[in-house]
Amino acid sequence: MTSPILNIKNLSYAYEDREVLEDIHFTIQPGRFVGLVGPNGSGKTTLIKLILGLIKHKRGDIELFGTPIEKFKDWDRIGFVSQKANSFNTGFPATVFEVVSMGLTSKVGYLHFFRKKHKEKIKEAIDLVGMSEYMHKNVGDLSGGQQQRVFIARALVSEPDFLILDEPTVGVDAENVERFYNMLADLNRNKGITLLFVTHDIGTMTSYATDIACLNKHIHFHGDPSSFEQMNEKDLSNIYGHPVQVVTHDH
Amino acid sequence: MLESFIQLPFLRNAFLTGILVGFIAPLLGTFIVVRRLSLIADALSHVTLSGIAFGLMLDKKLGGVAITPFYTGIGFSVLGSIFIEQLRRVYKSYQELAIPIILSAGVGLSVIFISIANGFNQNLFNYLFGSVVAVSSTDLWTILFIAIAVTILIVIFYKELFMLSFDEEHAVVSGIHARRIHFLFIVLTALVIAASIRIVGVLLVSALMTLPVAASIRIAKGFKQTIMYSILFGEASVLIGQIAGYYFEIPPGGTIVLTAVLILIGTIGFKRLKKRSSYKKVMS
Ligand SMILES: Nc1ncnc2c1ncn2[C@@H]1O[C@H](COP(=O)(O)OP(=O)(O)O)[C@@H](O)[C@H]1O
Ligand SMILES: [Mg+2]
Repeated sequence: MTSPILNIKNLSYAYEDREVLEDIHFTIQPGRFVGLVGPNGSGKTTLIKLILGLIKHKRGDIELFGTPIEKFKDWDRIGFVSQKANSFNTGFPATVFEVVSMGLTSKVGYLHFFRKKHKEKIKEAIDLVGMSEYMHKNVGDLSGGQQQRVFIARALVSEPDFLILDEPTVGVDAENVERFYNMLADLNRNKGITLLFVTHDIGTMTSYATDIACLNKHIHFHGDPSSFEQMNEKDLSNIYGHPVQVVTHDH
Repeated sequence: MLESFIQLPFLRNAFLTGILVGFIAPLLGTFIVVRRLSLIADALSHVTLSGIAFGLMLDKKLGGVAITPFYTGIGFSVLGSIFIEQLRRVYKSYQELAIPIILSAGVGLSVIFISIANGFNQNLFNYLFGSVVAVSSTDLWTILFIAIAVTILIVIFYKELFMLSFDEEHAVVSGIHARRIHFLFIVLTALVIAASIRIVGVLLVSALMTLPVAASIRIAKGFKQTIMYSILFGEASVLIGQIAGYYFEIPPGGTIVLTAVLILIGTIGFKRLKKRSSYKKVMS
Protein backbone atom coordinates (compact mmCIF):
# COMPACT_ATOMS: atom_id res chain seq x y z
CA MET A 1 0.00 0.00 0.00
CA THR A 2 1.18 3.53 -0.67
CA SER A 3 2.11 5.46 2.43
CA PRO A 4 -0.41 7.91 3.82
CA ILE A 5 -0.09 11.59 2.87
CA LEU A 6 0.02 12.54 6.51
CA ASN A 7 0.60 10.38 9.53
CA ILE A 8 0.65 11.88 13.00
CA LYS A 9 1.29 9.82 16.11
CA ASN A 10 1.30 10.81 19.77
CA LEU A 11 1.66 14.49 18.97
CA SER A 12 1.41 17.00 21.81
CA TYR A 13 2.22 20.67 21.74
CA ALA A 14 2.31 23.49 24.27
CA TYR A 15 2.89 27.23 23.96
CA GLU A 16 5.10 28.02 26.92
CA ASP A 17 3.38 25.88 29.56
CA ARG A 18 -0.15 25.83 28.14
CA GLU A 19 -0.97 22.56 26.41
CA VAL A 20 -2.85 23.22 23.16
CA LEU A 21 -2.70 19.80 21.51
CA GLU A 22 -2.59 16.54 23.38
CA ASP A 23 -1.87 13.04 22.16
CA ILE A 24 -3.01 13.59 18.58
CA HIS A 25 -3.29 10.58 16.27
CA PHE A 26 -4.30 11.57 12.77
CA THR A 27 -3.85 9.92 9.39
CA ILE A 28 -4.83 11.14 5.94
CA GLN A 29 -4.87 8.70 3.02
CA PRO A 30 -4.27 9.81 -0.57
CA GLY A 31 -7.27 11.21 -2.41
CA ARG A 32 -9.29 12.18 0.64
CA PHE A 33 -11.02 15.49 1.26
CA VAL A 34 -10.71 15.97 5.00
CA GLY A 35 -12.63 18.64 6.83
CA LEU A 36 -10.96 19.57 10.11
CA VAL A 37 -13.49 21.26 12.35
CA GLY A 38 -13.35 22.60 15.88
CA PRO A 39 -14.24 25.71 17.87
CA ASN A 40 -12.09 28.83 17.94
CA GLY A 41 -8.90 28.32 19.91
CA SER A 42 -9.11 24.54 19.66
CA GLY A 43 -5.63 24.29 18.15
CA LYS A 44 -6.47 23.90 14.44
CA THR A 45 -3.99 26.52 13.23
CA THR A 46 -1.37 25.19 15.62
CA LEU A 47 -1.78 21.70 14.17
CA ILE A 48 -1.42 23.07 10.63
CA LYS A 49 1.71 25.01 11.56
CA LEU A 50 3.22 21.84 13.00
CA ILE A 51 2.39 19.93 9.82
CA LEU A 52 4.03 22.65 7.74
CA GLY A 53 7.10 22.79 9.93
CA LEU A 54 6.48 26.46 10.78
CA ILE A 55 6.74 25.51 14.44
CA LYS A 56 8.68 22.53 15.77
CA HIS A 57 7.10 19.77 17.81
CA LYS A 58 8.84 18.24 20.78
CA ARG A 59 6.66 15.21 21.44
CA GLY A 60 5.27 12.73 18.93
CA ASP A 61 5.87 12.01 15.26
CA ILE A 62 4.76 13.70 12.07
CA GLU A 63 5.29 11.98 8.73
CA LEU A 64 4.62 13.55 5.34
CA PHE A 65 4.44 11.18 2.37
CA GLY A 66 6.06 8.54 4.54
CA THR A 67 9.03 10.75 5.50
CA PRO A 68 9.56 12.10 9.03
CA ILE A 69 9.04 15.86 8.88
CA GLU A 70 12.57 16.51 10.14
CA LYS A 71 13.90 14.98 6.93
CA PHE A 72 11.13 16.10 4.60
CA LYS A 73 12.36 18.24 1.66
CA ASP A 74 9.65 18.11 -1.03
CA TRP A 75 7.78 21.14 0.19
CA ASP A 76 6.52 21.90 -3.30
CA ARG A 77 4.32 18.79 -3.04
CA ILE A 78 2.33 20.67 -0.42
CA GLY A 79 0.20 23.71 -1.17
CA PHE A 80 -0.91 26.01 1.61
CA VAL A 81 -3.52 28.71 1.86
CA SER A 82 -3.24 30.42 5.20
CA GLN A 83 -5.83 31.93 7.47
CA LYS A 84 -3.93 35.17 7.01
CA ALA A 85 -4.09 35.13 3.23
CA ASN A 86 -7.01 37.51 3.29
CA SER A 87 -5.38 39.90 5.72
CA PHE A 88 -2.25 40.58 3.66
CA ASN A 89 -1.03 44.11 3.05
CA THR A 90 -3.59 45.16 0.45
CA GLY A 91 -1.46 48.12 -0.51
CA PHE A 92 1.25 45.79 -1.78
CA PRO A 93 1.69 46.45 -5.49
CA ALA A 94 1.55 42.98 -7.02
CA THR A 95 -0.55 41.77 -9.92
CA VAL A 96 -2.51 38.52 -9.86
CA PHE A 97 0.10 37.05 -12.19
CA GLU A 98 2.94 38.09 -9.89
CA VAL A 99 1.24 36.67 -6.79
CA VAL A 100 0.54 33.32 -8.45
CA SER A 101 4.12 33.18 -9.76
CA MET A 102 5.32 33.00 -6.15
CA GLY A 103 3.87 29.52 -5.96
CA LEU A 104 6.58 28.42 -8.40
CA THR A 105 9.50 30.27 -6.85
CA SER A 106 10.94 27.38 -4.91
CA LYS A 107 10.23 24.89 -7.67
CA VAL A 108 12.15 27.01 -10.19
CA GLY A 109 14.92 27.23 -7.62
CA TYR A 110 17.74 29.55 -6.70
CA LEU A 111 19.77 31.08 -9.54
CA HIS A 112 17.13 30.12 -12.09
CA PHE A 113 14.61 32.33 -13.84
CA PHE A 114 11.01 31.84 -14.86
CA ARG A 115 10.79 30.37 -18.35
CA LYS A 116 8.00 30.19 -20.85
CA LYS A 117 6.72 26.84 -19.54
CA HIS A 118 6.50 28.32 -16.03
CA LYS A 119 4.56 31.30 -17.34
CA GLU A 120 2.15 28.93 -19.09
CA LYS A 121 1.61 27.07 -15.81
CA ILE A 122 0.94 30.32 -14.00
CA LYS A 123 -1.67 31.28 -16.58
CA GLU A 124 -3.27 27.83 -16.35
CA ALA A 125 -3.57 28.07 -12.57
CA ILE A 126 -5.15 31.51 -12.86
CA ASP A 127 -7.54 30.13 -15.44
CA LEU A 128 -8.41 27.19 -13.19
CA VAL A 129 -9.73 29.52 -10.49
CA GLY A 130 -11.52 31.67 -13.06
CA MET A 131 -9.43 34.80 -12.64
CA SER A 132 -7.97 35.14 -16.14
CA GLU A 133 -9.55 38.49 -16.86
CA TYR A 134 -7.87 39.96 -13.75
CA MET A 135 -4.38 38.65 -14.56
CA HIS A 136 -2.73 42.07 -14.63
CA LYS A 137 -4.75 43.81 -11.94
CA ASN A 138 -3.29 44.54 -8.53
CA VAL A 139 -4.54 41.95 -6.01
CA GLY A 140 -5.24 44.73 -3.52
CA ASP A 141 -7.96 46.04 -5.83
CA LEU A 142 -9.92 42.74 -5.90
CA SER A 143 -12.76 41.61 -3.66
CA GLY A 144 -12.10 39.26 -0.74
CA GLY A 145 -13.46 36.26 -2.64
CA GLN A 146 -11.37 37.03 -5.70
CA GLN A 147 -8.24 37.44 -3.60
CA GLN A 148 -8.88 34.09 -2.00
CA ARG A 149 -9.09 32.46 -5.43
CA VAL A 150 -5.77 34.05 -6.33
CA PHE A 151 -4.19 32.51 -3.24
CA ILE A 152 -5.64 29.14 -4.19
CA ALA A 153 -4.07 29.52 -7.62
CA ARG A 154 -0.75 30.34 -5.97
CA ALA A 155 -1.04 27.13 -3.94
CA LEU A 156 -2.06 25.06 -6.99
CA VAL A 157 0.48 26.30 -9.50
CA SER A 158 3.21 23.96 -8.32
CA GLU A 159 0.76 21.07 -8.80
CA PRO A 160 0.85 19.89 -5.19
CA ASP A 161 -0.41 16.47 -4.15
CA PHE A 162 -1.61 17.78 -0.82
CA LEU A 163 -3.41 21.07 -0.34
CA ILE A 164 -3.89 22.53 3.13
CA LEU A 165 -6.34 25.37 3.69
CA ASP A 166 -6.75 27.12 7.02
CA GLU A 167 -10.16 28.82 7.22
CA PRO A 168 -9.83 30.21 3.71
CA THR A 169 -13.42 31.38 3.49
CA VAL A 170 -13.31 33.96 6.28
CA GLY A 171 -14.34 37.24 4.71
CA VAL A 172 -15.72 35.64 1.56
CA ASP A 173 -19.42 36.17 0.87
CA ALA A 174 -21.86 33.24 1.04
CA GLU A 175 -22.41 32.88 -2.69
CA ASN A 176 -18.70 32.68 -3.36
CA VAL A 177 -18.16 30.25 -0.51
CA GLU A 178 -20.42 27.81 -2.34
CA ARG A 179 -18.44 28.23 -5.58
CA PHE A 180 -15.26 27.84 -3.62
CA TYR A 181 -16.26 24.51 -2.08
CA ASN A 182 -17.37 23.24 -5.50
CA MET A 183 -14.02 24.21 -6.98
CA LEU A 184 -12.18 22.32 -4.24
CA ALA A 185 -14.38 19.24 -4.55
CA ASP A 186 -13.65 19.32 -8.26
CA LEU A 187 -9.89 19.50 -7.70
CA ASN A 188 -10.16 16.59 -5.32
CA ARG A 189 -12.19 14.40 -7.68
CA ASN A 190 -10.64 15.27 -11.02
CA LYS A 191 -7.04 16.01 -10.13
CA GLY A 192 -6.78 13.62 -7.21
CA ILE A 193 -5.44 16.32 -4.90
CA THR A 194 -5.69 15.37 -1.24
CA LEU A 195 -7.26 18.16 0.79
CA LEU A 196 -7.08 19.18 4.41
CA PHE A 197 -9.60 21.95 4.92
CA VAL A 198 -9.78 23.70 8.27
CA THR A 199 -13.03 25.44 9.13
CA HIS A 200 -15.42 26.07 11.93
CA ASP A 201 -18.34 25.97 9.52
CA ILE A 202 -19.40 22.37 10.17
CA GLY A 203 -22.60 22.40 8.16
CA THR A 204 -21.19 23.15 4.74
CA MET A 205 -18.18 20.93 5.29
CA THR A 206 -20.18 17.76 5.86
CA SER A 207 -21.74 17.97 2.40
CA TYR A 208 -18.41 18.14 0.56
CA ALA A 209 -15.77 16.30 2.58
CA THR A 210 -15.05 12.57 2.46
CA ASP A 211 -13.80 12.66 6.06
CA ILE A 212 -14.53 14.86 9.02
CA ALA A 213 -12.08 15.24 11.87
CA CYS A 214 -13.12 17.08 14.96
CA LEU A 215 -10.42 18.74 17.03
CA ASN A 216 -10.43 20.30 20.44
CA LYS A 217 -7.06 19.64 22.03
CA HIS A 218 -7.63 15.98 21.12
CA ILE A 219 -9.00 14.55 17.90
CA HIS A 220 -12.46 13.70 19.18
CA PHE A 221 -13.77 12.14 16.02
CA HIS A 222 -12.41 11.08 12.65
CA GLY A 223 -14.75 9.38 10.22
CA ASP A 224 -17.14 9.90 7.34
CA PRO A 225 -19.59 12.81 7.35
CA SER A 226 -22.72 10.72 7.82
CA SER A 227 -21.51 9.10 11.02
CA PHE A 228 -20.34 12.54 12.14
CA GLU A 229 -23.87 13.82 11.65
CA GLN A 230 -25.20 10.89 13.64
CA MET A 231 -23.10 11.85 16.62
CA ASN A 232 -25.65 13.24 18.97
CA GLU A 233 -25.68 16.91 19.65
CA LYS A 234 -24.75 16.31 23.23
CA ASP A 235 -21.38 14.79 22.28
CA LEU A 236 -20.68 17.61 19.93
CA SER A 237 -21.66 20.20 22.47
CA ASN A 238 -19.22 18.59 24.88
CA ILE A 239 -16.43 18.98 22.38
CA TYR A 240 -17.36 22.55 21.61
CA GLY A 241 -18.12 23.44 25.20
CA HIS A 242 -21.40 25.05 24.17
CA PRO A 243 -24.59 23.89 22.41
CA VAL A 244 -24.08 23.11 18.74
CA GLN A 245 -26.57 22.30 16.05
CA VAL A 246 -25.31 20.86 12.81
CA VAL A 247 -27.15 22.45 9.92
CA THR A 248 -26.50 20.38 6.84
CA HIS A 249 -26.89 21.62 3.32
CA ASP A 250 -28.17 19.06 0.85
CA HIS A 251 -27.01 19.07 -2.73
CA MET B 1 25.41 75.27 -17.79
CA LEU B 2 24.97 71.61 -18.59
CA GLU B 3 28.32 71.67 -20.31
CA SER B 4 30.14 72.23 -17.05
CA PHE B 5 28.68 68.94 -15.79
CA ILE B 6 30.24 67.10 -18.67
CA GLN B 7 33.51 69.00 -18.92
CA LEU B 8 34.58 69.71 -15.35
CA PRO B 9 35.96 66.42 -14.01
CA PHE B 10 34.75 66.91 -10.43
CA LEU B 11 31.25 67.78 -11.60
CA ARG B 12 31.27 64.91 -14.04
CA ASN B 13 32.07 62.51 -11.19
CA ALA B 14 29.18 63.83 -9.15
CA PHE B 15 26.89 63.71 -12.17
CA LEU B 16 27.72 60.07 -12.97
CA THR B 17 27.48 59.10 -9.30
CA GLY B 18 24.06 60.75 -9.25
CA ILE B 19 22.90 58.60 -12.16
CA LEU B 20 24.06 55.44 -10.37
CA VAL B 21 22.49 56.44 -7.07
CA GLY B 22 19.25 57.52 -8.76
CA PHE B 23 19.05 53.94 -10.01
CA ILE B 24 20.01 51.79 -7.01
CA ALA B 25 18.37 53.82 -4.22
CA PRO B 26 14.80 53.50 -5.58
CA LEU B 27 15.48 49.93 -6.78
CA LEU B 28 16.22 48.78 -3.25
CA GLY B 29 13.81 51.35 -1.85
CA THR B 30 10.89 49.54 -3.48
CA PHE B 31 11.57 46.44 -1.38
CA ILE B 32 12.08 48.58 1.70
CA VAL B 33 8.79 50.44 1.28
CA VAL B 34 6.62 47.39 0.63
CA ARG B 35 8.14 45.67 3.64
CA ARG B 36 7.35 48.76 5.72
CA LEU B 37 10.98 49.10 6.72
CA SER B 38 11.45 52.73 5.68
CA LEU B 39 12.86 53.56 9.09
CA ILE B 40 15.64 51.03 8.70
CA ALA B 41 17.09 53.24 6.00
CA ASP B 42 17.16 56.10 8.49
CA ALA B 43 18.80 53.97 11.16
CA LEU B 44 21.47 52.75 8.76
CA SER B 45 22.21 56.21 7.42
CA HIS B 46 22.96 57.38 10.94
CA VAL B 47 25.21 54.40 11.52
CA THR B 48 26.97 55.34 8.30
CA LEU B 49 27.36 58.83 9.71
CA SER B 50 29.13 57.42 12.74
CA GLY B 51 31.47 55.54 10.40
CA ILE B 52 32.14 58.74 8.48
CA ALA B 53 32.78 60.60 11.73
CA PHE B 54 35.12 57.80 12.75
CA GLY B 55 37.01 58.23 9.48
CA LEU B 56 37.20 62.00 9.96
CA MET B 57 38.53 61.45 13.46
CA LEU B 58 41.20 59.01 12.26
CA ASP B 59 42.16 61.50 9.61
CA LYS B 60 42.47 64.29 12.16
CA LYS B 61 44.38 62.29 14.77
CA LEU B 62 46.62 60.16 12.60
CA GLY B 63 46.62 62.44 9.57
CA GLY B 64 46.56 61.34 5.94
CA VAL B 65 45.57 57.75 6.62
CA ALA B 66 44.91 55.56 3.62
CA ILE B 67 41.28 54.94 4.52
CA THR B 68 38.91 57.82 3.85
CA PRO B 69 35.67 58.53 5.74
CA PHE B 70 33.67 57.22 2.79
CA TYR B 71 35.04 53.72 3.33
CA THR B 72 34.72 53.71 7.11
CA GLY B 73 31.14 54.80 6.47
CA ILE B 74 30.55 51.78 4.23
CA GLY B 75 32.10 49.50 6.83
CA PHE B 76 30.00 50.83 9.69
CA SER B 77 26.84 50.66 7.58
CA VAL B 78 27.36 46.99 6.74
CA LEU B 79 28.20 46.12 10.35
CA GLY B 80 25.15 48.06 11.52
CA SER B 81 22.93 46.14 9.12
CA ILE B 82 24.16 42.81 10.43
CA PHE B 83 23.55 44.05 13.94
CA ILE B 84 19.98 45.07 13.06
CA GLU B 85 19.25 41.56 11.78
CA GLN B 86 20.55 40.07 15.03
CA LEU B 87 18.46 42.47 17.12
CA ARG B 88 15.38 41.70 15.08
CA ARG B 89 15.84 38.07 15.94
CA VAL B 90 16.37 38.77 19.64
CA TYR B 91 13.25 40.96 19.85
CA LYS B 92 11.07 38.69 17.77
CA SER B 93 7.79 40.26 18.76
CA TYR B 94 9.16 43.82 18.87
CA GLN B 95 11.14 43.83 15.65
CA GLU B 96 10.79 47.58 15.16
CA LEU B 97 12.74 48.11 18.38
CA ALA B 98 15.91 47.34 16.44
CA ILE B 99 15.50 50.62 14.59
CA PRO B 100 15.61 53.16 17.46
CA ILE B 101 18.37 51.14 19.12
CA ILE B 102 20.59 51.27 16.05
CA LEU B 103 19.64 54.84 15.20
CA SER B 104 20.46 56.22 18.62
CA ALA B 105 23.67 54.21 18.84
CA GLY B 106 24.65 55.69 15.47
CA VAL B 107 23.94 59.26 16.54
CA GLY B 108 25.68 58.75 19.90
CA LEU B 109 28.83 57.42 18.29
CA SER B 110 28.76 60.19 15.70
CA VAL B 111 28.65 62.89 18.39
CA ILE B 112 31.60 61.33 20.18
CA PHE B 113 33.74 60.90 17.08
CA ILE B 114 32.91 64.36 15.76
CA SER B 115 33.87 66.08 18.99
CA ILE B 116 37.11 64.09 19.24
CA ALA B 117 37.84 65.20 15.69
CA ASN B 118 37.39 68.78 16.95
CA GLY B 119 33.92 69.36 15.68
CA PHE B 120 32.13 70.44 12.63
CA ASN B 121 33.79 71.24 9.32
CA GLN B 122 32.94 71.57 5.64
CA ASN B 123 33.79 67.94 5.02
CA LEU B 124 31.19 66.81 7.53
CA PHE B 125 28.69 69.28 6.14
CA ASN B 126 29.12 67.62 2.71
CA TYR B 127 28.34 64.25 4.19
CA LEU B 128 25.24 65.54 5.96
CA PHE B 129 23.59 67.30 3.05
CA GLY B 130 25.34 65.91 -0.01
CA SER B 131 27.72 67.60 -2.38
CA VAL B 132 28.25 68.08 -6.07
CA VAL B 133 31.97 68.63 -5.71
CA ALA B 134 33.15 66.09 -3.15
CA VAL B 135 33.15 62.97 -5.33
CA SER B 136 36.61 61.73 -6.28
CA SER B 137 37.31 59.31 -9.11
CA THR B 138 38.05 56.50 -6.66
CA ASP B 139 34.71 57.13 -4.96
CA LEU B 140 33.02 57.01 -8.33
CA TRP B 141 34.62 53.65 -9.13
CA THR B 142 33.63 52.26 -5.74
CA ILE B 143 30.05 53.41 -6.21
CA LEU B 144 30.00 51.95 -9.72
CA PHE B 145 31.17 48.65 -8.29
CA ILE B 146 28.50 48.74 -5.57
CA ALA B 147 25.81 49.63 -8.11
CA ILE B 148 26.74 46.74 -10.40
CA ALA B 149 26.98 44.24 -7.55
CA VAL B 150 23.66 45.34 -6.04
CA THR B 151 21.86 45.22 -9.38
CA ILE B 152 23.18 41.78 -10.28
CA LEU B 153 22.29 40.34 -6.88
CA ILE B 154 18.79 41.79 -7.01
CA VAL B 155 18.21 40.38 -10.49
CA ILE B 156 19.47 36.95 -9.40
CA PHE B 157 17.46 36.83 -6.18
CA TYR B 158 14.51 38.86 -7.42
CA LYS B 159 11.91 36.13 -7.08
CA GLU B 160 13.00 35.17 -3.58
CA LEU B 161 13.21 38.80 -2.40
CA PHE B 162 9.80 39.50 -3.88
CA MET B 163 8.24 36.45 -2.27
CA LEU B 164 9.74 37.18 1.11
CA SER B 165 8.51 40.76 0.94
CA PHE B 166 4.97 39.74 0.08
CA ASP B 167 4.35 36.90 2.49
CA GLU B 168 7.11 35.65 4.72
CA GLU B 169 5.16 32.70 6.11
CA HIS B 170 4.39 31.40 2.65
CA ALA B 171 8.01 31.85 1.61
CA VAL B 172 9.20 29.81 4.59
CA VAL B 173 6.63 27.06 3.95
CA SER B 174 7.84 26.86 0.35
CA GLY B 175 11.35 26.19 1.57
CA ILE B 176 12.94 29.62 0.91
CA HIS B 177 15.89 30.31 3.21
CA ALA B 178 14.33 33.37 4.80
CA ARG B 179 17.28 34.19 7.05
CA ARG B 180 19.85 34.16 4.28
CA ILE B 181 17.69 36.23 1.97
CA HIS B 182 17.00 38.75 4.77
CA PHE B 183 20.68 38.95 5.40
CA LEU B 184 21.46 39.58 1.75
CA PHE B 185 18.77 42.22 1.60
CA ILE B 186 19.93 44.15 4.63
CA VAL B 187 23.57 44.14 3.54
CA LEU B 188 22.58 45.40 0.10
CA THR B 189 20.58 48.14 1.79
CA ALA B 190 23.61 49.16 3.83
CA LEU B 191 25.78 49.36 0.71
CA VAL B 192 23.24 51.42 -1.21
CA ILE B 193 22.85 53.84 1.68
CA ALA B 194 26.59 54.31 2.06
CA ALA B 195 26.91 54.92 -1.68
CA SER B 196 23.99 57.34 -1.85
CA ILE B 197 25.23 59.51 0.99
CA ARG B 198 27.91 60.95 -1.29
CA ILE B 199 25.20 62.68 -3.28
CA VAL B 200 22.17 63.26 -1.04
CA GLY B 201 23.75 63.22 2.39
CA VAL B 202 23.03 61.29 5.57
CA LEU B 203 19.89 63.18 6.48
CA LEU B 204 18.09 62.75 3.19
CA VAL B 205 19.21 59.36 1.92
CA SER B 206 16.11 57.57 3.17
CA ALA B 207 14.00 60.15 1.32
CA LEU B 208 15.66 59.22 -1.97
CA MET B 209 14.91 55.56 -1.25
CA THR B 210 11.27 56.07 -0.34
CA LEU B 211 9.77 59.16 -2.03
CA PRO B 212 10.11 57.90 -5.61
CA VAL B 213 8.53 54.62 -4.50
CA ALA B 214 5.71 56.42 -2.73
CA ALA B 215 4.95 58.22 -6.01
CA SER B 216 5.30 55.09 -8.10
CA ILE B 217 2.99 52.95 -5.97
CA ARG B 218 0.14 55.35 -6.70
CA ILE B 219 0.18 54.78 -10.42
CA ALA B 220 1.90 51.43 -11.09
CA LYS B 221 0.29 48.06 -11.79
CA GLY B 222 2.26 45.30 -10.17
CA PHE B 223 5.66 45.08 -8.54
CA LYS B 224 7.93 45.21 -11.57
CA GLN B 225 6.19 48.31 -12.83
CA THR B 226 6.50 49.86 -9.38
CA ILE B 227 10.25 49.33 -9.53
CA MET B 228 10.49 50.81 -13.02
CA TYR B 229 8.55 53.98 -12.19
CA SER B 230 10.49 54.34 -8.94
CA ILE B 231 13.77 54.32 -10.81
CA LEU B 232 12.39 56.75 -13.38
CA PHE B 233 11.30 59.17 -10.63
CA GLY B 234 14.56 58.64 -8.74
CA GLU B 235 16.67 59.50 -11.77
CA ALA B 236 14.54 62.53 -12.55
CA SER B 237 14.89 63.78 -8.97
CA VAL B 238 18.65 63.32 -8.90
CA LEU B 239 19.32 64.91 -12.28
CA ILE B 240 17.03 67.90 -11.81
CA GLY B 241 18.12 68.27 -8.19
CA GLN B 242 21.82 68.17 -8.97
CA ILE B 243 21.60 70.76 -11.71
CA ALA B 244 19.40 73.02 -9.58
CA GLY B 245 21.72 72.55 -6.62
CA TYR B 246 24.76 73.54 -8.62
CA TYR B 247 22.98 76.47 -10.19
CA PHE B 248 21.64 77.90 -6.91
CA GLU B 249 24.73 76.82 -4.92
CA ILE B 250 22.65 74.69 -2.54
CA PRO B 251 23.74 71.22 -1.34
CA PRO B 252 22.12 68.81 -3.83
CA GLY B 253 20.46 66.75 -1.07
CA GLY B 254 17.90 69.48 -0.55
CA THR B 255 17.08 70.10 -4.19
CA ILE B 256 16.96 66.38 -5.03
CA VAL B 257 14.53 65.60 -2.26
CA LEU B 258 12.36 68.60 -3.04
CA THR B 259 12.16 67.47 -6.65
CA ALA B 260 11.09 64.02 -5.40
CA VAL B 261 8.42 65.65 -3.24
CA LEU B 262 7.13 67.61 -6.24
CA ILE B 263 6.96 64.41 -8.30
CA LEU B 264 5.03 62.74 -5.49
CA ILE B 265 2.55 65.62 -5.34
CA GLY B 266 2.29 65.42 -9.11
CA THR B 267 1.33 61.73 -9.08
CA ILE B 268 -1.24 62.29 -6.37
CA GLY B 269 -2.77 65.08 -8.42
CA PHE B 270 -2.62 62.96 -11.56
CA LYS B 271 -4.49 60.14 -9.82
CA ARG B 272 -7.15 62.58 -8.62
CA LEU B 273 -7.64 64.00 -12.08
CA LYS B 274 -7.90 60.53 -13.55
CA LYS B 275 -10.48 59.51 -11.01
CA ARG B 276 -12.51 62.63 -11.66
CA SER B 277 -12.46 62.18 -15.42
CA SER B 278 -13.57 58.55 -15.18
CA TYR B 279 -16.30 59.67 -12.79
CA LYS B 280 -17.45 62.26 -15.36
CA LYS B 281 -17.51 59.58 -18.03
CA VAL B 282 -19.79 57.45 -15.86
CA MET B 283 -22.06 60.41 -15.21
CA SER B 284 -22.52 61.47 -18.81
N1 LIG C 1 1.99 32.04 19.25
C1 LIG C 1 1.20 31.68 20.29
N2 LIG C 1 1.63 31.83 21.57
C2 LIG C 1 0.87 31.46 22.61
N3 LIG C 1 -0.36 30.95 22.49
C3 LIG C 1 -0.87 30.78 21.26
C4 LIG C 1 -0.11 31.13 20.09
N4 LIG C 1 -0.86 30.85 19.00
C5 LIG C 1 -2.02 30.34 19.46
N5 LIG C 1 -2.03 30.28 20.81
C6 LIG C 1 -3.12 29.76 21.64
O1 LIG C 1 -3.29 28.40 21.35
C7 LIG C 1 -4.65 28.05 21.28
C8 LIG C 1 -4.97 27.42 19.94
O2 LIG C 1 -4.85 28.41 18.92
P1 LIG C 1 -5.08 28.09 17.41
O3 LIG C 1 -4.26 26.93 17.04
O4 LIG C 1 -4.85 29.35 16.65
O5 LIG C 1 -6.63 27.71 17.40
P2 LIG C 1 -7.68 27.72 16.18
O6 LIG C 1 -6.93 27.87 14.89
O7 LIG C 1 -8.38 26.42 16.30
O8 LIG C 1 -8.62 28.85 16.43
C9 LIG C 1 -5.43 29.33 21.54
O9 LIG C 1 -5.86 29.32 22.87
C10 LIG C 1 -4.44 30.42 21.30
O10 LIG C 1 -4.70 31.50 22.15
MG1 LIG D 1 -7.07 29.22 13.38
